[in-house]
Amino acid sequence: MELYKLSAHELRKKLQAKEVSAVEVAEAVYNRVDAVEDTVQAYISLTREAALAEARRVDEKIKTGQAILPLAGIPGALKDNICVKGTRTTCGSKILANYVPPYDATVTRKLAEQDTVIIGKANLDEFAMGSSTENSAFKVSRNPWDTDTVPGGSSGGSAAAVAAAEAVWALGSDTGGSIRLPAAFCGVVGLKPTYGRVSRYGLVAYASSLDQIGPITRDVTDCALVMNAIAGYDPLDSTSINAPTPDYTKALVPDIRGLKIGLPKEYFVAGMDPEVERAVYAAIEQLKALGAEYKEVSMPHTEYALATYYMVATAEASSNLARYVGVGFGYRGEGSDIIAMSKKSRTEGFGEEVRRRIMLGNYALSSGYYDAYYLKALKVRTLIKRDFDKAFEDVDVLAAPIAPTTAFKIGEKVDDPLAMYLQDVCTVPVNLAGVPAISLPCGFKDHMPIGLQIIGKPLGEETILRAAYAFEQNNDYYKRLAPLGRA
Amino acid sequence: MAYEVVIGLEVHTELKTESKIFCGCSTKFGADQNTNVCPVCLGLPGVLPVFNTKVLEFAVRTGLALNCEILPFSKFDRKNYYYPDLPKNFQTSQYDLPIAVNGYLDIEVNGETRRINITRVHMEEDAGKLVHAGSITKSEYALVDYNRTGVPLLEIVSEPDIRSADEAKAYLEKLKAILQYIDVSDCKMEEGSLRCDANISLRPAGATYLGTKSELKNLNSFKAVQRGLEYEVLRQTEVLEEGGKVVQETRTWDEGRGITASMRSKEQAHDYRYFPEPDLVPIVVDPVWIEDIRKKLPELPDARRARLINDHNLSSYDAGMITSSRAMADYFDNTLKAGADAKTAANWLMGEVSKHLNLSNCEVEDCPVTPEKLVELTKLLDKGTISGKIAKTVFEEMWSSGKDAATIVKEQGLVQISDEGAIIAVIEAVIAANPQSVADFQAGKDRAIGFLVGQVMKQTKGRANPEVVNKLLRERM
Repeated sequence: MELYKLSAHELRKKLQAKEVSAVEVAEAVYNRVDAVEDTVQAYISLTREAALAEARRVDEKIKTGQAILPLAGIPGALKDNICVKGTRTTCGSKILANYVPPYDATVTRKLAEQDTVIIGKANLDEFAMGSSTENSAFKVSRNPWDTDTVPGGSSGGSAAAVAAAEAVWALGSDTGGSIRLPAAFCGVVGLKPTYGRVSRYGLVAYASSLDQIGPITRDVTDCALVMNAIAGYDPLDSTSINAPTPDYTKALVPDIRGLKIGLPKEYFVAGMDPEVERAVYAAIEQLKALGAEYKEVSMPHTEYALATYYMVATAEASSNLARYVGVGFGYRGEGSDIIAMSKKSRTEGFGEEVRRRIMLGNYALSSGYYDAYYLKALKVRTLIKRDFDKAFEDVDVLAAPIAPTTAFKIGEKVDDPLAMYLQDVCTVPVNLAGVPAISLPCGFKDHMPIGLQIIGKPLGEETILRAAYAFEQNNDYYKRLAPLGRA
Repeated sequence: MAYEVVIGLEVHTELKTESKIFCGCSTKFGADQNTNVCPVCLGLPGVLPVFNTKVLEFAVRTGLALNCEILPFSKFDRKNYYYPDLPKNFQTSQYDLPIAVNGYLDIEVNGETRRINITRVHMEEDAGKLVHAGSITKSEYALVDYNRTGVPLLEIVSEPDIRSADEAKAYLEKLKAILQYIDVSDCKMEEGSLRCDANISLRPAGATYLGTKSELKNLNSFKAVQRGLEYEVLRQTEVLEEGGKVVQETRTWDEGRGITASMRSKEQAHDYRYFPEPDLVPIVVDPVWIEDIRKKLPELPDARRARLINDHNLSSYDAGMITSSRAMADYFDNTLKAGADAKTAANWLMGEVSKHLNLSNCEVEDCPVTPEKLVELTKLLDKGTISGKIAKTVFEEMWSSGKDAATIVKEQGLVQISDEGAIIAVIEAVIAANPQSVADFQAGKDRAIGFLVGQVMKQTKGRANPEVVNKLLRERM
């Protein structure tokens, strides 16, 4: 079997057994990239030299008999909104097209400490705003299951890279579903951790109170391995949670007897694709067959989640993105004075969706509208959070779809932002509540993957990993490889 | 019509913490441009702030010294506006839940004590500085120095309780003294570590409503605050007396021309789009910690002044002057510790010491004549070793050479001559040389003796004991 097709934990065994070298693994992945990247368009930039240098260091350790860390020499991709010192970090935007950060994100540093190999920076919707990766200023990534469809977004490059075996693992960021939706569309595993579980230091902010970095992997075991590498308290992120980090691989026990699952009826929305709905219900029945119990629960404020999300997220974004004016860094437009220069920089540097969200956010915060929009949204956010608190009084996890449909065609929704926003209806409440959720493949419709969402209590990553692992080990969806063609 | 002046002041003071409010960069003033910077204070993509809790301690100390209530739950907010000296294009500040509220300070103007209420004290980050090549109007471009970006600031907002430019100045002086006493700020207006904006309006005397205000900016010295407000009182009075209406606007003080000029109208005012800072957690302060800070507060100006009046019999005026700065008051206390008589020390401090400090533009902390050295000098005077006139000469010499008083007196032979035998010869010569003055004295013009004493002092180079000279002259005539 080709090396690039193996999971992280499989590759680790081979590295430890000295069956392969880290350089061979990295080269196998780069050969794969060379072969399929033209079709998939997952990467904004590749960091071949640094990756091979790192792989050689790992080989040196293996050669001299040193113990290697679990992800040592395992090639992965970083979403291009995660800062890497000395490597271009574009956020998929023209405004940062040539921006090279002088510092590492905390996750970048942690992964380097694990001796991981970084293949490159993955494509995304500009500033992580989007659900299809069509909003990138550089390229439209393709879904490896059908290259005429989108990979989902905003971490579409990360998910496509993993699904196309152009990376063994990847990091994405999830503000309203941006890890889980592309994971579902591309048939891979994606975890959005509890808000504060993974440091945001060095993640270029979209919406600070919602953003969270998380893994995108081929299977649940790899998801736990990457979580082990990136999770933990960071004094550089004041919103990071100061709690001990468990060994997430310990949660990988295929035993869910007695697990109480709640089915939030509001997530099974009208207009949902019946086949998607059937696949999700079938998955839940399967979990029941494995020993779990389920019952329907009600989360009455779910219908307001999308509107709330678009107030909170855009308000924060309008402020977070105010720094891009061409003064200290980034794209600078020509202008006769500072105001003209700033306007030109922003008008020319930002894409349409980013400009739309900045306008929306400024409006929500402006005097005279603040109470009706932003403040109201904060109050509704509290109610949504309470829905979760209440549901979790009775159940251990919630199970729901990730999206109402499977991946849609490229171009299908670009002119209809509201239709695009509806893709996030099942994922945004999780971000508003700050709880963790995983997406994993639970079936196919016409060869296109369907995602199952398992939502946990705050810091309940181990429980959802255990449920996901049990489901995964009783199915073979994770073993299927994307065909990289048109359906 | 008689108008009442209504003034409220917004004072910004830079806190003298070692590091900035949200990163570890140094706050040192005067470093090379853009050297005290890091990704966080430069606002680079992806960075996050970490709150320096020393700032919180300084803010609480200030709140307590200004008799404020410390809010147990407060938070940071973002104030959004575009300006090139503000790298994130928002300032992290406090909006609806500041750290301290509802305080006051008492000022004394024309012998009357007035209480000025303080609305709030809040924490925020400072912005950078624009540097223009050549003049601001002719420069082709501007450069930005981010060293100051993220230096911690407190904004202290008064109620509109101030009734004159003099009161505004007294309020600022008192506030500065308190901030220096509690050691949270250098309060150097020339370095920008103390800044003041003023809101000013007029209303008919006796009215209780507020008139339309103008906001004054660019008040870069105590003098500017006073002059700017005085000008604004005249300007607004003229507008009202001509039947016009004061326009709500921001005006800038033009120091050179001595006038205020319109900067922007109410319609052009910014909408700051405040919202809670999502990158920082709310600030919860422990009441035990607050009490601990309260206990450790140093003696404040009012208490210290009362002590000087009650324990050391100083006049209210002298005590007020000496306690107007902590450094001066400390200097005074150190002279007492070194054994000085309070009244003597006060006279020296208000006299020669202050005079020389002013002349050489020197701060009392840097005074070359230390309290201990000053006391040695006053003791030589008390013992009669030197005369009062000589003492001033010795003080000047101490100031310039750094030598102690005894050394100077010895080296220059300045010991007072009290030996009658040594003085008599001089007196006789003076009497012989000034028959007219002697005649005047004998004719009852007592004042004529002053001239003769002066002549004796001149001939002895000031060293003769004036009391002895006086006595001997009277005997001889």
